[in-house]
Amino acid sequence: MMKLEIRNASLGYHRTMILQNVNMELHTGETICVLGRNGSGKTTLFRTLLGLLPLQSGEILLDGRNLSSWDRTQFARKVAYVPQARSLPFPFTVMDVVLFGRTSHLKPFASPGKEDKAIAEWCLDKLNIIHLRKRIFTQLSGGEQQMVIVARALAQQPSFLVMDEPTSSLDFGNQIKIIRQVNELKDESLGILMATHSPDHAFMCDAKVAVVQEQTVMVQGDCKEVITEELLKEIYGADIRIHALTQSAMLSRKICIPEI
Amino acid sequence: MSYLFTGKYSDANLPLLLSEIRLPRILGAVLVGGSLSVSGAAYQGIFRNPMVSPDILGVSSGAGFGASLAILLSFGLVGIQSMAFIMGIVSVCIALSVSKIMGGTHDRILMLVLSGMIVGSMFGAMISLMKYIADSEYKLPDITFWLMGSLAEVTLTELKAVFPFIGLALIPLLLSSWRLNVLSFGDEEARALGVNAARLRVIVIACASLITASAVSITGLIGWVGLIIPHFARFLVGPNHKVLLPASFLVGGVFMLIVDDLSRSVSSLEIPLGIITSLIGAPMFLILLRLSSKHTW
Repeated sequence: MMKLEIRNASLGYHRTMILQNVNMELHTGETICVLGRNGSGKTTLFRTLLGLLPLQSGEILLDGRNLSSWDRTQFARKVAYVPQARSLPFPFTVMDVVLFGRTSHLKPFASPGKEDKAIAEWCLDKLNIIHLRKRIFTQLSGGEQQMVIVARALAQQPSFLVMDEPTSSLDFGNQIKIIRQVNELKDESLGILMATHSPDHAFMCDAKVAVVQEQTVMVQGDCKEVITEELLKEIYGADIRIHALTQSAMLSRKICIPEI
Repeated sequence: MSYLFTGKYSDANLPLLLSEIRLPRILGAVLVGGSLSVSGAAYQGIFRNPMVSPDILGVSSGAGFGASLAILLSFGLVGIQSMAFIMGIVSVCIALSVSKIMGGTHDRILMLVLSGMIVGSMFGAMISLMKYIADSEYKLPDITFWLMGSLAEVTLTELKAVFPFIGLALIPLLLSSWRLNVLSFGDEEARALGVNAARLRVIVIACASLITASAVSITGLIGWVGLIIPHFARFLVGPNHKVLLPASFLVGGVFMLIVDDLSRSVSSLEIPLGIITSLIGAPMFLILLRLSSKHTW
């Protein structure tokens, strides 16, 4: 059991504060969906949590230790990042890209060996994209690239997975695949922090919810309690009905239906 | 030829010619061509841009200025080469510190490229100044020839002097080649994957600049090699720097050997190397671009 937490934090850039008074906790074995409209500061929150953007004030603790006492290699073995946009200037193969995820487990000047390749293949297999192994990463579709980046994150064998809108460029089928994968990983006791624009995803993952709004992380709690019609109206400025499905045990969850 | 295999020769000068003139020149060509190419490949990796050449941080202009100044002050060959080497390194240091001071919240790579441009054009202007005040009978031609590059005056002593620098700088470069791959995704992702991007960048820039400055100091400026050979090598062996860096060295060495042979034999007058590399390099680059657009990398 491990914990990634952020306490009394102000987040932002040199002169402009984006988020203030942020308190949040992510445990292994749970999923937190971060909701919030475009530009509300979700990515800033993620980049700060990952130590890519310096904290303006407050503290971040991983496993009880301050972030500054973790070096990048140690941190990368615990927390993996699936970023939003990506660009790759050179024609690396999918296998190479997934092997990049092994870097934090290598000795300082070493390259990945047989064992690392086996792990990378296992990750590709787990996501059902082993057939892409020899393809050139830059020639893949957006959805395929997304899956490869998830595989790369898994190859880090982390305890936490921070995913910035992992479903944004995916078709409906691939979105469902990612959600299923998130649920599976949660059951394998990973802690997952996921930004999403669809409140339905929170219901599908049976996740906790954190809402980024008005320069802070406002509401936090279980999706079934927190996500209300009033909250959705407040976040998205639209009338959205929430229905509870009760047809069968498989489909007993809430869904969002926007009024058009 | 028969001398090499049988040890017999009819011309008394042959052994001397081979060991004192041809051999250093061949070794020099391979070493310089390989060095420029390997540092070009490393620079391209660090800047995440296949259009980058080893001159990007102003090494060549700095070295050119150092050499011109030394020629102007009537230094000997050793003096000229040392000055070229030192000023090449100095110009990179200036570019690095300018980008550090001015950096702030800007994109680090962009700031480095811009600082390199500034330093490069400053030293370029200084070279022109040196040429302008140089005595046009003797010194101006010397400066001009140096800036065009040549392997004609390379001796074994010089090769022995620069080889340790190149060798020493190659080791950390080759050792960090896997991490250089990871940097392709950009600083943030590389850091999230556990790579200390800032430190890696300093190491690679330092090594690649040392290699370039060493090579340029004994031959003068030779353009295009550092840009086009890494492309060609990537075309042959793929983008993994672990293979790409050694491949660039080999391909660059062979390329330079051919170019040097051409420069000696095409006309009775020896054509400066820099001219030939550019004449061959530019159209070859065009062909490579055409080929590579089919492969989309």
